[in-house]
Amino acid sequence: MRFTKKDILDMESLSVDEINLILDTAYKMKEISIRPIKKVPTLRGKTVVLFFYEPSTRTRISFDIAAKRLSADSLSIAASTSSIVKGETLADTAKTLEAMNPDIIVLRHSSAGTPHLLARLVKSSIINAGDGMHAHPTQALLDLMTVREKKGEISGLRIAIIGDISHSRVARSNITGFTKMGAEVVIAGPPTMIPKGIESLGASVSYNVDEAICDADVIMMLRIQKERQKSFLFPTEREYSKVYGLTKKRVENARNDVLIMHPGPVNRGVEIAYEVVDGPYSIILDQVTNGVAVRMALLYLVSGGARNAGAD
Amino acid sequence: MLVLIKGGRVIDPGNLDGIVDILIKDGKIAEIKEQGSGVEEQGSGVEVIDASGKIVTPGLIDMHVHLREPGHEYKETIKSGCLAAAHGGFTAICPMPNTNPVNDNGQITEYILKKAGVADTVRVYPVAAISKGLNGKSLCEYGELKEAGAIAFSDDGNPVSNSQLMRRAMEYAKGFNMPIISHCENLDLAANGVVNEGAVATSMGLAGIPNAAESIMVMRDIALCELTASRIHIAHVSTKESVLAIRNAKKRGVKVTAETAPHYFTLTEDAIKDYNTNAKMNPPLRSSQDREAILKGLADGTIDVIATDHAPHSYIEKEVEFDQAANGIIGLETSVSLSLKLVHDGVISLTGLVEKMSTNPAKILGLDTGITAGRPADISIIDPDLSYKIDSSKFQSLSRNTPFNGWDIKGKAVLTMVGGKILFDVK
Repeated sequence: MRFTKKDILDMESLSVDEINLILDTAYKMKEISIRPIKKVPTLRGKTVVLFFYEPSTRTRISFDIAAKRLSADSLSIAASTSSIVKGETLADTAKTLEAMNPDIIVLRHSSAGTPHLLARLVKSSIINAGDGMHAHPTQALLDLMTVREKKGEISGLRIAIIGDISHSRVARSNITGFTKMGAEVVIAGPPTMIPKGIESLGASVSYNVDEAICDADVIMMLRIQKERQKSFLFPTEREYSKVYGLTKKRVENARNDVLIMHPGPVNRGVEIAYEVVDGPYSIILDQVTNGVAVRMALLYLVSGGARNAGAD
Repeated sequence: MLVLIKGGRVIDPGNLDGIVDILIKDGKIAEIKEQGSGVEEQGSGVEVIDASGKIVTPGLIDMHVHLREPGHEYKETIKSGCLAAAHGGFTAICPMPNTNPVNDNGQITEYILKKAGVADTVRVYPVAAISKGLNGKSLCEYGELKEAGAIAFSDDGNPVSNSQLMRRAMEYAKGFNMPIISHCENLDLAANGVVNEGAVATSMGLAGIPNAAESIMVMRDIALCELTASRIHIAHVSTKESVLAIRNAKKRGVKVTAETAPHYFTLTEDAIKDYNTNAKMNPPLRSSQDREAILKGLADGTIDVIATDHAPHSYIEKEVEFDQAANGIIGLETSVSLSLKLVHDGVISLTGLVEKMSTNPAKILGLDTGITAGRPADISIIDPDLSYKIDSSKFQSLSRNTPFNGWDIKGKAVLTMVGGKILFDVK
C-alpha cells in the first residue's frame, strides 16, 4: 500500500489501512532509536519546520528528535519569538514560510482547525501536533502503537478514558482512533467535563469512574487543569482526585493485566496517584518512546515514503 | 414623467392582491388601474415596465443590517451597502449602531443620514444605540436621536446584560413610541463559544454556545415587556426555545415581535464543517431541530420578519483561525432568493413573504408604506421563477463573506424603485 496523504490533520481523515501502515512503519522506525548511531539518511535534504503557537515540550522535542534521526533539517519557531508578536496573521506567516520551501510544517496551535486552514494555504505537508480542543493525531497514533505493542491487537479491547473530555484533543483523537481500530471506548468524568454529543464519536459515557474502569484493558487518564475551577467545572483538586482520580485502590480493583496511560504532563496526586504513575501497570514512558517512532514514520510517509526516499 | 408597471401580480397584504397596472407620476403612485386600460398608448412620455409573470410588492425593508461607516469603510460604506440593498430588492434598510464611533448621539445619526442622502439610493432609517457606547451602563438621549432621524434602539452585537437598564430603556422608548430591538445573549453562558453547542462543535473541538444563552434573554425581555407594557422586537431568532417563548408570549397578548435571518432557516451547524468561517455568526447556526422550529415559527406568524443581519467583513477578518474569525455574513443580495425558497417549499405563501419582508417591518418601525395612490413609489419587483447561480464576485457589497456563493437558486429580485426612480433593473 502506498501512502498518499499530503497532510496528517486528524484521525477522522485516516483510514484503517493507513493507520495500520503508519503503525507498521513506526515499529520499523523504533529500532533506529536503539542503535548506537541513531541516524539514517532517509530524509536528507528535507526541511521540517516545527511551528508551535502554544507551549509544548514533549511533542516538540519528540518531532525534533524524529526529524533529526531521519537526517531532515528541522527548525523550531515559537509564536513568542516570531512575527506573530508583531501582529502578523497566520496566513501571512504561512505564506512567508512557504516561500522558503519547507517540505513539512508541524503545527501546534490553540485554535481548532488551524492546521486545516494552513493545509489550504500552503503546498507543504502539514502535520497537526495538536489544535485547540480538536485533535492530536500523533498522540492517538502513538497510543495505538503502544497498546498494539503490549496487547497484540487493538480490536476487541475496552479502553476507558477518564477526565476532562471537553477540553481534551487527546480524548477526541483517541476515541476516533481506537473505535476505528475496533476497540470499545468508554469515557468517564464529571458531567461538567463531558461535552454534548460526544457519543457521536463512538464512545459510551459514564459519570462513574469505578464503573468505567472495571473490565477495562486500558485506562487512559487525562491531565486536569487547575484553571478549570474558575469556570466552575470542578470544585477543588482535592475533591477531583477523590471522586475521579486514579487511586491505588481503584487500580487494585482493575483487571490484573490493565495498562495505565497518560499523555502527560502528569499532575501527580490529582488525576493520578503518585504510586500509580510509577507502578507496574503504567506504560506512560513507553508512550513517550513510541512517540518518536510514530513521528519518524509520519515524517517519512508524508515525504513520499518509499517512492523517493532511500528507506532502509 | 409617467411610469407604468404593467401586468404584474401586485401583492400588498391587507390592501391588494391581483394583476393590476400601477401608474407612477412624479415619484408617487398616481393610480392603480385594471389591466390594459391603455395608458401606455396615450403618449410618448410613458415608460412601461413589463412585470408580467412577476410579483410587484411594496418596497422591501431590511430592518437589520450593518453598514460599516463610520469606522470600517473597507468592509462596507453607506453607499455600497445601499447599492447592495437596491440590487437585493430592498428599498429601505436599517443600519445598526455598532459603527465606530457608535451611533449613540444625534450627530452620528445625522452623519449617516447625510451620507445616505449623498448616496441617493435606498432609504436609510438608522437604529441608534440603547446605551452610550453600547456599554450597557447608561441610556442614550432618545429624544435627540429621534429628532435626528433614528427609528429604533438597539445595542445589537452586544446584549443588554443589566436587566434594570433594559427595563428603563423599554419604558423610556415607549415615550417616543419607538421600539427596542434586542440582541438576546447571555454572555456568561455564551462564554468563549464560537459555534452551536452540540455534536458538531464537540467533534470539531470548538467551544459551544448553548441555545439557552439566547432563550434565557428572550424570556427575560418578554417578562420586561410585560412589566413595562411596552413593546420589544427580538433580533435574529435562532433557537426552538426562543420560538416557543415568543409564540406563548404572543398568545398572552404581549407586544413582542421577532425576526430571523435567511441563514437560520436555510442552514444548520453542519455548514461550519471544514472550519468554514463564512458560516460563523452570532447567534451561531443551530441544529436541524432548531431550523425546523424557525420554519414553523415563520409559517404560523410567530416570527414576523425576515431580516438579513447583513454583516460585511473582509477576508482579513475571515481567512484566520476559526476562533478568531469575525462573526457574521452578508445577506442583502441573497435574502430575496433564499426567502423565495420558503415559498417554493410551501413554508409560507407569497403574501406571507411580502408581509415578512415589507409590511411587518414597516408596521414595527412605524413606516407608512403600501401600494396606494398618493404614496411614494417605493416598489420591488420579484421574479419567483428566475433560476440563477449566486456569484458573490458580482455583488455590490464591498465584502464577499457569504456561505451561499455558487448556489443554484430559483427566484430573484429583478427591479427596485425608490420614489419612482429605478435603482436596479436586472436587465
